[in-house]
Amino acid sequence: MVEKKKSGYWLTHLGLILGVLFIFFPVWLTFVASTVTQDAIIQPPLPLLPGSEFFENYANALFRGAPEGYGAKVPVMKMMINSAIMAIGITVGKIIISLLSAFAFVYFRFPFRNICFWLIFITLMLPVEVRIVPTYEVVANLNLLNSYTGLIFPLIASATATFLFRQFFMTIPDEMVEAARMDGCKPMRFFIDILVPISKTNIAALFVILFIFGWNQYLWPLLMTTDPDMKTIVMAIDAMIPTGDDFAHWPTIMATAMLAMVPPIVVVISMQKFFVKGLLESDK
Amino acid sequence: MEKRVFFKGWKLPVLLVAPQLLISFVFFFYPSGQAIWNSLFLPDPFGLKTEFVGLDNFRFLLSDPYYLASFKTTMIFSVAVSVSSMGIGLYLAALADRLIKGAGVYQTLLIWPYAIAPAIAGVLWLFLFNGNIGLASYYLQALGYDWNHALKGDQAMFLVILASSWGRISYNFLFFLAGLQAIPKSIIEAAAIDGASFWKRFGSIVLPLLSPITFFLLVVNIVYAFFDTFGVIHTITSGGPEQSTTILVYKVFSDGFVSQDLGSSAAQSVILLVLVGILTVVQFKYIERKVHY
Repeated sequence: MVEKKKSGYWLTHLGLILGVLFIFFPVWLTFVASTVTQDAIIQPPLPLLPGSEFFENYANALFRGAPEGYGAKVPVMKMMINSAIMAIGITVGKIIISLLSAFAFVYFRFPFRNICFWLIFITLMLPVEVRIVPTYEVVANLNLLNSYTGLIFPLIASATATFLFRQFFMTIPDEMVEAARMDGCKPMRFFIDILVPISKTNIAALFVILFIFGWNQYLWPLLMTTDPDMKTIVMAIDAMIPTGDDFAHWPTIMATAMLAMVPPIVVVISMQKFFVKGLLESDK
Repeated sequence: MEKRVFFKGWKLPVLLVAPQLLISFVFFFYPSGQAIWNSLFLPDPFGLKTEFVGLDNFRFLLSDPYYLASFKTTMIFSVAVSVSSMGIGLYLAALADRLIKGAGVYQTLLIWPYAIAPAIAGVLWLFLFNGNIGLASYYLQALGYDWNHALKGDQAMFLVILASSWGRISYNFLFFLAGLQAIPKSIIEAAAIDGASFWKRFGSIVLPLLSPITFFLLVVNIVYAFFDTFGVIHTITSGGPEQSTTILVYKVFSDGFVSQDLGSSAAQSVILLVLVGILTVVQFKYIERKVHY
């Protein structure tokens, strides 16, 4: 940058490469462990290069599930479908209700507007982990245990997305609404034909953040799914590790761990621009 | 900030806000109210009757050595996670910012762990340090170091801090890199022309300019360590050995669901609620200040 010393240049790269290696190392080992036999794992040290059992282990995990442990024999494919439904349900649900309420707050005056705003604002503060016991009771009373609705809806109650859209709508010039109103455009027409299309980038940014948030949910699905067919992949992997470690089928577990990581990582890498935007803006 | 131009009518906007309000009431306000309400009662373990005990649950908690120990554990854990992940994040961001070409490549290589669930990160590190088969514990044993995080509290603590910080580096890296790239290059160049070395420039110019973002990250990371690390703790140690890694949010879970001590669990929820409230207010104060910079 400022100086042009060769040694500094290489040291900079060296430092960064060490950082990258530190980040990659555990994931690489997991990948290696997912491609070898059980014998190769239980006789340490683990080799550092992948073995030949890739297809075998992944097919086992995807279609047959872990042979032992609590929650065994549930095909990981089923869990991934559950995770995807939960993640997409949370993402789409949050985006829709937030777009609607942000639209109402910015473009309308209505009774108790400020009180409504503060009520939603407060929900920013409290993660589901804190109110977990009473939330569980609510969901149980509504007969929603072991259902997608029960997995999704309690996690939609958060205000981050509403605030992001509200902030964005504030930056849209008033002339847009004036012109629309002069042309006799109804509010919902304005919302669907103008507001949603110009919010595309923000919607994409939130999509990435919320998808990761939804896919990675752990405690909530752990509590409210007792039916093996409703398990999500992130919560189920812990159950695959029995307390007596010797009996765990590590190649299957590690293949499952890889499968749990791949979808959100693919979303982050393929939508990197939106991810960076969403992350830098949504937490401020 | 308000719009000058808006649509008329009140039925439509009420309808538009209704879904979010409804969900907030059912899954947020009602349960939170329940937590506060339950914290004043002592139910018997069978749930047959409850007795109003006022603030006794709180009084009991604040004199319970296990709860106070959990408080201390949480503090050590969250400070360690925040400081180490922010330190490494800043270090890598400072290096990437020095590069004219290639910063983008490193960004791609460093940010993807954000997508890994804390519970999965826990499984990865557990595998690495597993007493029987883990690669790290294998070499530690070979070096004569006795690794057994299932029995030794300090090793368990080290492992959950490591796993929690590891997944958090990308987040801090991204924010620090954005902050560094926002600093005008002319300031740095002027200092360089005056003969200030890289470290001198970093300490007396770059760091002070980064202080708002550092403060923001500190609050966000503490909130992360308080709540989002549940998965790491649950997969690696389940709060053990002997509660040495039982952070507050884990205790709410284990007292409420495992031991069924509902009154105490509710009181703990209320205490956490107050803590999050304070952190949120601090964070918003900071944002206000930043706007008027």
